[in-house]
Parts: sequence; structure tokens; C-alpha cells
Amino acid sequence: MDKIRNLDELNAIKSKAAEVVNVRVEGKDNGVKDVLVCGGTGCTSSGSMKIIEKLEEEIKLQGLEGKVNIIKTGCFGLCALGPIMIVYPEGTFYSKTELAHIPEIVESHLKNGIPVKKYLYAETVDGDTIKSLNDTSFYAHQHRVALRNCGLISPEHIEEYIARDGYQALNKVLTSMSQDDVIDVLLKSGLRGRGGAGFPTGRKWQFAKASQNEQKYVCCNADEGDPGAFMDRSVLEGDPHSVIEAMAIAGYAIGANQGYIYVRAEYPIAVERLEIAIKQAEEAGMLGDNIFGTGFSFRLGLRLGAGAFVCGEETALMTSIEGNRGEPRCRPPFPAVKGLFAKPTILNNVETYANVCQIILKGPEWFASMGTEKSKGTKVFALGGKIHNTGLVEVPMGTTLRTVIEDIGGGIPNGKKFKAAQTGGPSGGCIPPQHLDIPIDYDNLISIGSMMGSGGLIVMDEDNCMVDIAKFFLEFTVDESCGKCTPCRIGTKRMYEILTKITEGKATMEDLDKLEKLCYYIKDNALCGLGQTAPNPVLSTLRYFRDEYVAHVKDKRCPAGVCKSLLAYKIDPALCKGCSLCAKKCPVGAISGEIKSPFKIDTNKCIKCGVCASNCKFGAISKS
Amino acid sequence: MAFKKSAVPFSGTAEQEERLRAVIAEHKDDPGALMPILQKAQEIYGYLPIEVQTMIADAMEIPLEKVYGVVTFYAQFSINPKGQYKISVCLGTACYVKGSGDIFNKLQEKLGIGSGEITPDGKFSLDACRCIGACGLAPVLTVNEDVYGRLTVDDVDKILEKYN
Repeated sequence: MDKIRNLDELNAIKSKAAEVVNVRVEGKDNGVKDVLVCGGTGCTSSGSMKIIEKLEEEIKLQGLEGKVNIIKTGCFGLCALGPIMIVYPEGTFYSKTELAHIPEIVESHLKNGIPVKKYLYAETVDGDTIKSLNDTSFYAHQHRVALRNCGLISPEHIEEYIARDGYQALNKVLTSMSQDDVIDVLLKSGLRGRGGAGFPTGRKWQFAKASQNEQKYVCCNADEGDPGAFMDRSVLEGDPHSVIEAMAIAGYAIGANQGYIYVRAEYPIAVERLEIAIKQAEEAGMLGDNIFGTGFSFRLGLRLGAGAFVCGEETALMTSIEGNRGEPRCRPPFPAVKGLFAKPTILNNVETYANVCQIILKGPEWFASMGTEKSKGTKVFALGGKIHNTGLVEVPMGTTLRTVIEDIGGGIPNGKKFKAAQTGGPSGGCIPPQHLDIPIDYDNLISIGSMMGSGGLIVMDEDNCMVDIAKFFLEFTVDESCGKCTPCRIGTKRMYEILTKITEGKATMEDLDKLEKLCYYIKDNALCGLGQTAPNPVLSTLRYFRDEYVAHVKDKRCPAGVCKSLLAYKIDPALCKGCSLCAKKCPVGAISGEIKSPFKIDTNKCIKCGVCASNCKFGAISKS
Repeated sequence: MAFKKSAVPFSGTAEQEERLRAVIAEHKDDPGALMPILQKAQEIYGYLPIEVQTMIADAMEIPLEKVYGVVTFYAQFSINPKGQYKISVCLGTACYVKGSGDIFNKLQEKLGIGSGEITPDGKFSLDACRCIGACGLAPVLTVNEDVYGRLTVDDVDKILEKYN
């Protein structure tokens, strides 16, 4: 692509590319079908790349070349139904696509225009009519701002991004706004950091602009370490240019000419798409020297993380970019004064950047019209765990957890009861059923002992033991603590030990008090966000599920039946037919008995592997 | 992360060393070059034994302690070689609540190795990882590039058989 030198040239590319993209956006039928196949990590894992190969092969075979475009997109959101494929202009939604479905779909739908109903997402088929995706319960409650292009454009073609108003915001900023104007717009919009802490983005930029220095930096935190969260990855995979453009805008606003994106190496697809996007943006003159002929220059570098959760903390991330052990450092001085390479730096999260261009183009009032009083705009959540529609959802701030879990997420599978929703990962807490109707925003979540976090939302049912979950997160923190400060290095380890004692039934009520005291001590004294928030999973489960802790400690019982040391397998003599299958399957020979009379488990020998229970055909073996 | 020194001796080739030296020469003067150089070195050798760390330290004129410090800080850097088949079990939250912990235990038991270790014949290595982002398929494990999802403990044997 030639360098784009001004708005006219940008608009020329836009109108040309819009013809292609409008088949999808407006459902314009120009005789060509667009087949969008999800190339996000979830669908790629379930084989979407092979689907693309098969489609190409079949299209050639049936002579449809030139009449069908295959577009590999980012995440559509409904990861549970992958691999996903959408055919435009109709917008029909094929789910759990298999290679064997392809020939029929190509012949019937792509060639003869008749969608193959049996392979469509069941909820979109209503008798003879096929509903639009936006009418399904999963999508109807969503409002896509950060994800607006995900699953709609090809992330590997800058033209498609330009067709969706791409780089218009950068042009507007560079040609008609002062640095203060840009910061003002962000302040008015009320945008807060989507990485979890919720610091007002405009204020951050204001501080960095006020710092006097020849060299400043703009950084993007794409080190999405929160296990079970994949919002940022989906934005990078589905719409990388939105982040690049926003970073250039940030560079202009604070007076920086160099940016770095720090991305997890565990996200190979995101890294690859970013590399392509940066190269295309450089070729198009959207990065580099003298952008839009305005004299403003901005370069972008990619740095890969190497699997350290603490590097999601802002000072640790910068230490890591500098090529060191990613240990956090004391604040102040804050990064806006002394950050990367000791220069003034701003660091924002991927999702935060993904909102910026829309705010510039549509105005701060538009953005502030969504959400609650203190939390504006939308938030992307990664829904996971015990829920039907695992995937990615974007809802206005203030939506209730119940809407997200029951309406969008489709509720809990297997008729189980909802127990808790975990937000904020290892820094957050568990939200019990009585708080399901609370509107989600930064302040509400903190008031009920959790936090927004980056957006991971894991649903747990009655089969999950909350003590075990707290222990799981503490194990994570112990593993990921960088070791620099004592409260975190030693304190979390002690907490983990007490939790282990509890799950093994060896703890006393004094241990429970000790655990709680330790929580507050670590919260007050740890150096960085990782340590300060590490006790949250314990504190929140103690707050809402104390009875479960007490059951472990006093009654030596795990109510959910998870903690192995506290379990005992029993054979119900009334149900046992004496078939001896369990005795044969038992790996340690703990089961004995006479054929055709009830068998017995020797609890001293039993290792509680559960093989007997899963093999019993009569449901005679239960755990308690 | 396991720091147990591997029993498999270092066997780098001259060609690998040449590639490493080219990488170092190219990046040496970049700000914060050590991490990208280590990442490339691990691509070349598959892991970062002390021999490779020494080469990097000498060529970059920085202390070996600094290199070792960075290598052992990050989970992704390995000082042990990886197996012919790298098994990685996701222990992210979404997978954990769906039982990936049991799957990981079963694999340790079956292979007789712990996290970050390699079987003596060099065939399998086992790691726990934090969320590969395929939460829709939870619980998930990967063997090299292959992804296995919606697993139960009973699937472990079948998967291992495929590679035997």
C-alpha cells in the first residue's frame, strides 16, 4: 500500500474498502458471499484452520471461485460453539462446524442459496425463519464498542479497518485538536482503565503530558495474565489496528514518539496479527515519520512477555521491557513522572485503548451516556467455568451479573445450582447468589469484596468447594510472587499452608483467625498490586462462605465433596448388587466382598480416586 | 518451575551457535535486549542450558548472574530440554474448576515426572500452563501443537497412546 498522506487519500481507500465490508455490515447483496470463519484462539483450537482449508478446496471443486470470499476473523464471542462460521450477506450462523459439513454447506448454501438449517446455531432457527444473530439471547443484551470489529473484519487487512472508520480518529486528532483537547475529551468521557484498577485514563495522560522531558513513552499492557481471561487477546486477534491507532493518539497527547506493546508470548496468534498490523500501518504511513504530513512521528515496538504474572503490574512490566527480572518497584515516583527507561510513561490496557478512537470520533457525551454514574461505557467479560455459553461478551457498565450469567451465558449446565461468580482473578473475589442483581461497575464490585479486574468471569456451581478455590488462587500467587517483598513472598506461602491444613481437615478455629489476620497484614504491607490483592480470594470466600470453612475445620467435612482428605466413599448395601466390578477396578485393592452380596470399602486402604463410583452401574457408591 | 538440572547433556551444534551469535549481534544495542535475545536463543536450542547462558553473557558483556536471574524469573524460559512431545496442561481458573487439576495429577502419575520435567527417554515433558485462552473447551491440554479439549481423566490414557 502507498503512504496515505491526507484525509482525502484515507477516504478514497475507505470508500473502496467499504464496498467489500458492507456485504457484512449492511447485508448488501452484490452477488458475492462472504464466509467469515473465526480464527481466534478458541476456534483455532477446535480446528477452524482445517475448516478454512476444506472450504477453499470445496469452493474450487464446485467452481465457485470469485463468488465466495473466505475471511479469517477474530473472535465472535461464542467460543463454546466453535468452530464458528458466518455467511454474509444473510448473516447465517453455523456452529460446531465439522469438516464433513462443508461440502453440503458449500453446495446448498454458497452455490444454491439455501442455508443448511441442521448445521446452524439452533437458537437462530425458528421453524422456517432464520433469526439474525443479534436477536439471540447471547447477543441481544450486548453492546459492542471495544469489540465492534471483532468477527466482522479481517484483522490482517488494514483496508477493512479503514472501511470501519479506521485512522479517522488519528487524522482528526493530528489535524484539528491540540494535545489538551484530546486529554479533555478523554476526561469528559469518563473512561477508566480497563485493566482492573479503574484509574481515569484522561488523568493518567494529563500527568504524563505535564512531565517535562524530551523522551516519553506510550506502553500497552497486553500481558493478560489473569487465568481464565481472554478479552485483550480477542481484541488483538480481531482488531489490532484499533490499539495501534489509539496508541499513536496517546503519543500525540502526551508528547511521545515511541510506544511499546508488551504482549504475552502465550498468545502466538495475537503476536502474529500485531506484527502484521504494525507492518501494514508503517507501510500506510500511519506509523513512522511525519504522519498525515503533520510532522508528528510515532513508532511502535513489540515486546514479548515470558510467562510472569507479576509483569501485568505496571512497574514490573516496565522493568521487564528494560530486559530485567520483572520485579515491581516502589511508587512514587509514578510512571507518568519516571517510568520506562526512567522517562515519563503512560501504560494502558488493550481494552482501554480499544475505546479511545470511538470516543474521539463519536464524542465524549456519547461514551458517557452508557454505563453508571462513575463507570462509563462498556466492559468486556470472558465468561467461563460452569456456564452454557462460554465466550466473550461486552455489556454496558451497570448490567447485572444475573443478566450476564442467565440471559447471555444461558445459565448453569446440568441443572446445577449457581454458587458463586469469580471476578478479578487472583486479585478478586467470589460473588455469592444474593448479590447477583447488583449492577456491575468498579465501585459496586469493590464494595462487595471483589473487583472488576481485567474481566475474567468464572461461574461456579454447587460442586465447587470455595476453600479449594481460595487455595487454588493462593497456589497461583505463591507461584507467581516475584519474591521481592516479604509480606507477599512469605505471607502468601503461610496462607497457602493454612488453607492446605483446612482442606486436609487438620486445621483449628485458631488457624482460621490467624488466616484472616494474615490477610489484612499482607494487604497493608505488600509492595505491589499483586501482593496487596492476593488475600482477596480468601477474604471474600471467608465473608460469604464462612460456613464452608467451618465445616472443614470443625466437622472435618467438605460440603461440596471436593477435598479428597475429607472424603469417604461408601457402598450402599441396599443398592449394591455384588457384581464385583468396583473391586476389580480399584487400583489399591481396597474393596472386597462376596459375589451377589454387598461389597465393602476399606477406608484405610482407599486413596479416594473415585474409580469405583464412576464405574458402578447401579449408583451404589457415593462420597460424603 | 523446576530447577532440577537435566540429566540430558548439552549438544549444541556449530550452526546453532552461529545463529545465536548473529541474533546477539543484531539486537545487542537495542534497549532492553536481553529478553528478546533469550527468546530467540530458546527458539534456536529449544531450551537455555548454562552453556547457552554463558555464551549470551560473554557476548553481551554482562554478568552470567544477570542472565541466570532473568532466565529463572520467567516461567517460559526452561533450563531443561523439552521432550519430543511437550505436554502442557492448562491450570487456568476456567479449566481448574472443570477438573484440570485431576488430569494434571494423572499425567504426573502416568509419566512418572513432575511439572517442568522430562522423561528419561526424552519422549515426553510435562508442564502446567496458565490459560491458553481456549476456555470454551475447558479443561484443555496441548501436546506440541495439538489441542485436546473437553477432557476427563479417562481421556489421558488414550491421548498418551497416540504418541507411543
